[in-house]
Amino acid sequence: MVELKEELKGKIIEVLNLEDVTVGDIQDGDALFGDGLGLDSIDALELIVLLDKEYGIKLSDPKQGKAIFKSIETMAAYISENRTK
Amino acid sequence: MTDNMYIERSCRISENTIWLDGAPYWKGLPAASFIDFAKEAFRLLKVDYPKFYKMDNLSKLVFLAADFLLQQQDKDGIALVMANRSSSLDTDIKHQQSIQEKESFFPSPATFVYTLPNICEGELCIRHQLMTENIFLVDECFPTETIEMYAAYLLRSGKAKRVMCGWAELFQENYDAVLYLVGPNGEKEHTKKNIEDLFR
Repeated sequence: MVELKEELKGKIIEVLNLEDVTVGDIQDGDALFGDGLGLDSIDALELIVLLDKEYGIKLSDPKQGKAIFKSIETMAAYISENRTK
Repeated sequence: MTDNMYIERSCRISENTIWLDGAPYWKGLPAASFIDFAKEAFRLLKVDYPKFYKMDNLSKLVFLAADFLLQQQDKDGIALVMANRSSSLDTDIKHQQSIQEKESFFPSPATFVYTLPNICEGELCIRHQLMTENIFLVDECFPTETIEMYAAYLLRSGKAKRVMCGWAELFQENYDAVLYLVGPNGEKEHTKKNIEDLFR
């Protein structure tokens, strides 16, 4: 799980072009949206694509996103349980 | 609004160089790619605006030219009238490549939202809180007369206090942005000849 969390941080920084953010800057429990990393609605769509592309997870209900993308912690837990690749 | 209209300021970005009012202002490394040049030029501005890094290259080009042009300027009532040749083709191709293979069909939402040329003007409106008229034309070369007349109309009708006009062309590593502010103050009259001089 620790490895997955670090991998996720790297992928999020790369995919979302978070230029001045490093893996070390993101804590596992930090909020990804709002006051945390300050991601926006387009970033949320990119995260949905990331789940599909990298882990073979298709979100059928976009409402799930709010809970899944709360933090690195919640994302990693969801990926661990649902990944197909 | 009187009929006195002037080209108050101009900014050109081309070949890794930024010019302000016709004079070289800053030059990036000669062999730098547009991405690297844009990043360095952005750091020169010393602004905290992380969204810049998420923009497509056309928007980055226009963002930089407008930020240098509007330094220490009153931004109230500025309209936007721009044009280019390649529309959003640079980004259109990137989007198309992401949906080329059926087995690897992962269109990026962040790329897709830039598949219209006028999105770069939207980025300027957000950045500078511009809430006036804007139009983006696509033509083989800068439609000088059309843009001159439209800018004059916006000013005479009171729909804008000043107009940011210009050419914002980018395709792959070829780029040229020429932005200029038209308003009631200045020495260089807003004429076809003076506009054409900005492109020399």
